[in-house]
Amino acid sequence: MAEVEETLKRIQSQKGVQGIIIINAEGIPIKSTLDNSSTVQYAGLLHQLVMKTRSTVRDLDPQNDLTFLRVRSKKNEIMIAPDKDYFLIVIQNPSD
Amino acid sequence: MICPSTKYSSYSTNITSVLSAFIQERPDPSLSHTDVLPDVPEDIFPMVLTSATQELFECRADEDVTQNNPYKLLKKDDILHDMKARAAVSDFHPVKQTVLNYPGEELLLVFDRDFKYGQSFYLVLTEEAKQRILQPPVSTDEEEPEEESEQYVCRTPEPQQPWVSLGSELEIEEESVKDTRERLKYLVSRVRKKFGAPVNFTDRNALESKEGYIECTSYQDRNFRLIQMERNSATQAVLNLKSSATQTQRTFPRNMYTQYKPRELTEEEKENYMSSENLKNFASSAFSRFEIAIQQNKIMDVFFDDWQALSEGDIAFGGKADTYLKEYQSFTDLQFSKDKSISCIKWHPTISGVIAVSVTEKMSFEERINGSTKLLLNPPLILFWSFSDPINPQLRLECPDDVLSFDFCPSDPNIIIGGCMNGQVESSFRYSSAYQTYPGSFVKNEIPVLLYCAVSSIENGHKAPVTDVQWLPENFEISITGVPVENQNQICVQVVTCAPDCCVMFWDIRAPRPAAHSQAERKQKMEEKQLENPRGIPNTFKYLDLSWKPLIKVYESVAVFVNETYKQYKSVKTTDRPEGKVEYALLRVPSEKQLKPLEDISTMFCVGTEDGELVYTSWKLGKDDDSGRLLSGKPSRCFIVHDSLVNTVKRSPFFKDIILTVGGWNFAVWKESVMNGPIILSPCSQKRCMVGCWSLSNPGMFFIGKEDGNIEVWDLLEKTHEPSHIQNISTASITCMKPWIISSKQHFLAVSDDFGTLHILQIPWTLRNPSSSESSVNKYFEKEVTRLMFFDKRKETMAKQKTATEAEEQKKKTELLVPEKLSEKTEEESLAEYESYLTLEKDILKEMGVSLQEEDKPSNEV
Repeated sequence: MAEVEETLKRIQSQKGVQGIIIINAEGIPIKSTLDNSSTVQYAGLLHQLVMKTRSTVRDLDPQNDLTFLRVRSKKNEIMIAPDKDYFLIVIQNPSD
Repeated sequence: MICPSTKYSSYSTNITSVLSAFIQERPDPSLSHTDVLPDVPEDIFPMVLTSATQELFECRADEDVTQNNPYKLLKKDDILHDMKARAAVSDFHPVKQTVLNYPGEELLLVFDRDFKYGQSFYLVLTEEAKQRILQPPVSTDEEEPEEESEQYVCRTPEPQQPWVSLGSELEIEEESVKDTRERLKYLVSRVRKKFGAPVNFTDRNALESKEGYIECTSYQDRNFRLIQMERNSATQAVLNLKSSATQTQRTFPRNMYTQYKPRELTEEEKENYMSSENLKNFASSAFSRFEIAIQQNKIMDVFFDDWQALSEGDIAFGGKADTYLKEYQSFTDLQFSKDKSISCIKWHPTISGVIAVSVTEKMSFEERINGSTKLLLNPPLILFWSFSDPINPQLRLECPDDVLSFDFCPSDPNIIIGGCMNGQVESSFRYSSAYQTYPGSFVKNEIPVLLYCAVSSIENGHKAPVTDVQWLPENFEISITGVPVENQNQICVQVVTCAPDCCVMFWDIRAPRPAAHSQAERKQKMEEKQLENPRGIPNTFKYLDLSWKPLIKVYESVAVFVNETYKQYKSVKTTDRPEGKVEYALLRVPSEKQLKPLEDISTMFCVGTEDGELVYTSWKLGKDDDSGRLLSGKPSRCFIVHDSLVNTVKRSPFFKDIILTVGGWNFAVWKESVMNGPIILSPCSQKRCMVGCWSLSNPGMFFIGKEDGNIEVWDLLEKTHEPSHIQNISTASITCMKPWIISSKQHFLAVSDDFGTLHILQIPWTLRNPSSSESSVNKYFEKEVTRLMFFDKRKETMAKQKTATEAEEQKKKTELLVPEKLSEKTEEESLAEYESYLTLEKDILKEMGVSLQEEDKPSNEV
């Protein structure tokens, strides 16, 4: 547990990072640095997005798989690293 | 009529005689007429066999061969033998040649019991026929009629069926036209001798005699009067029309709700997950990816459009002409505003293009007293101007005295509260419906005049001219002790005023609680209510007239000149404003206990004074222990910054805690949390600054109006030591400025001057475009704040240092006796040092092998 915490701290300490969420394969948040309502919202929405993206990539080429997803918006950037069992989501504000 | 497939019994003889050439009837045993012989096939020869022959060949009729077994095979040799034996007598004689030619050994003899072919026996002449007849013996019976019918079928395509007469031939006979007798022939001719003779024709009138002509006159035939009782008509048997209906289930949209809750893990499960090996590995592997991505973002923002950003900076360097404030319109009324000064401008909050100004006389106090009669004749006014009509004002509001400041009620723009020169606070109420007909339908030479509704009571009001009037926002209201409480009506009901009599007063436009009034006052009120309204003043605020008392009086130690809006720091959820006209008379000031106090509204406000001070204090009334009365608290901060009276205290529309104050010969920008001093203080300018206002679209920009009629545009991010643009508007001093945004393309600045003219200037694109973002202006302010802090700190440190150096000097003074001794000592000491140095030098030189004394020796020796 400590190692995971340490990794999270290292990510959090980077400049501009607004929040980190770890969700399991079903989309239920395990750990988060944001408040509960935002966490639940992010988890629900991004879980679906990652599923969709992953299926798209695999449909195009079954040998391929999704390794990293970055969604850039006007205000911030959401980065998601998918895995078999977990997803790690980081929200960063790149402009300040 | 002749149908080949049927036979008519009555015509049978004729037809059959015709048909017999073409059609071969099938021999029917039921038919008695057997005159017709059927045609015999070629390979069958009917013959008669005598009894002797029958016995000989053992084919006796009805004994050896029967109906059921009609076949008998005869040997060819036997037949030949018989023929030889009996020669011509033999029955087989006619077929002698055929028998001789017969290929096979046996011939078939068939017993024709029915005399089908005319004889009792027939001999089959060919092998094929024999085979055909014999094989199969069962089907031979069927074959024969079929063969025959086949032959007949090809000639008669359809099987003939007997016709059954139903009596229709009788009708046909009736209908058919037949000659009943022979047709008679007549031949009529003239007498032969008259052929070719000359003819004499004469005329004769046909009407002369009745025999001359024959006519058929029309007459009413009685037959036609008969009603046809019977008529042939055709009918068609059709099913009755049946109507049927179905009921479909009409689906209509219906609201459906689902309530759901997100799934969450319990703490235990989260702990389990966090300590799992799986997650650890994942986190460490994922981390590398994130590192790259995050750092990438930080190094460079790939989506930032440099080209766009570049263009914004470029335009800011545009020519001077671009930043010119163009005059859009100017309003003066020759009758009402000439030679007068405009004291206050306010844009109408809801109707665009309408602006209200208050005109005042440019007279000092003495002149007023001397010319008071003249003043009474010309009542002071608030004029309403509209963009649609630059010459005539739209509306005039009469006031009891010169109005120095007024304000529209934000929740109901028909109510205006003004503060007068004599210290009274007046309220006027406009009929909005009456006003809206004006843009357009304007009756010449008649500007509508409205009188004020109510004034405050003279004893309880201000004792000096009211210099500023502001409405409190509708979210909260103030109770009697000054605690902000919830406003249940959600409309603006309270007003703040200030005057140089050291008072800031809070007024409520609702009727005070009846319990507070004594009997006498109530009676007076009733009488007042029964008074007529001579000039059609609306009764809305009649209850306040002349009895209006302020809710709270906040006493300041200094004369107050202007005050400032209070921004609520928490947005209360806005309930629906009551639609329609609000009956202010029915509203009552609620008792304090009923209302919920709002915690997060700041009760601090800023006031500028006549001496150039800025006072920052709270309006809450505290209890004075000695007298038990409610007294206002002492101001928290006081700063003297300006040299003369402060005429403007304004909050920035972009930042809640930045305040601009203008007074005397300079202006200052303050930050509310930093109470050490102004964060920006302008240098003293040569002319007095009369008024200032923030730009509504550009953070960091504001306008200053000067005594010589100049308007200065200051942009804090461009230049802080001088204005970025100066423009002269009029020759008289500027008295008031107010910006307004009508649309995104039209930003206006209303400027009034001492001549009574109202100028509307259009702010050009360069000035209204936010060239600086809020964050950059914020950063600038923060920088200034840090500078201020630094200065203060430095002052402190310098002060400390100063005291420290002074202390040291003090110390040194006390030690004056000691230094004399020390000086002697030091000389001895230095001598001693010199001696030791010399010895050291000698030693070193000795060690090096070079010494002055030794050198001397060799020189001596030489």
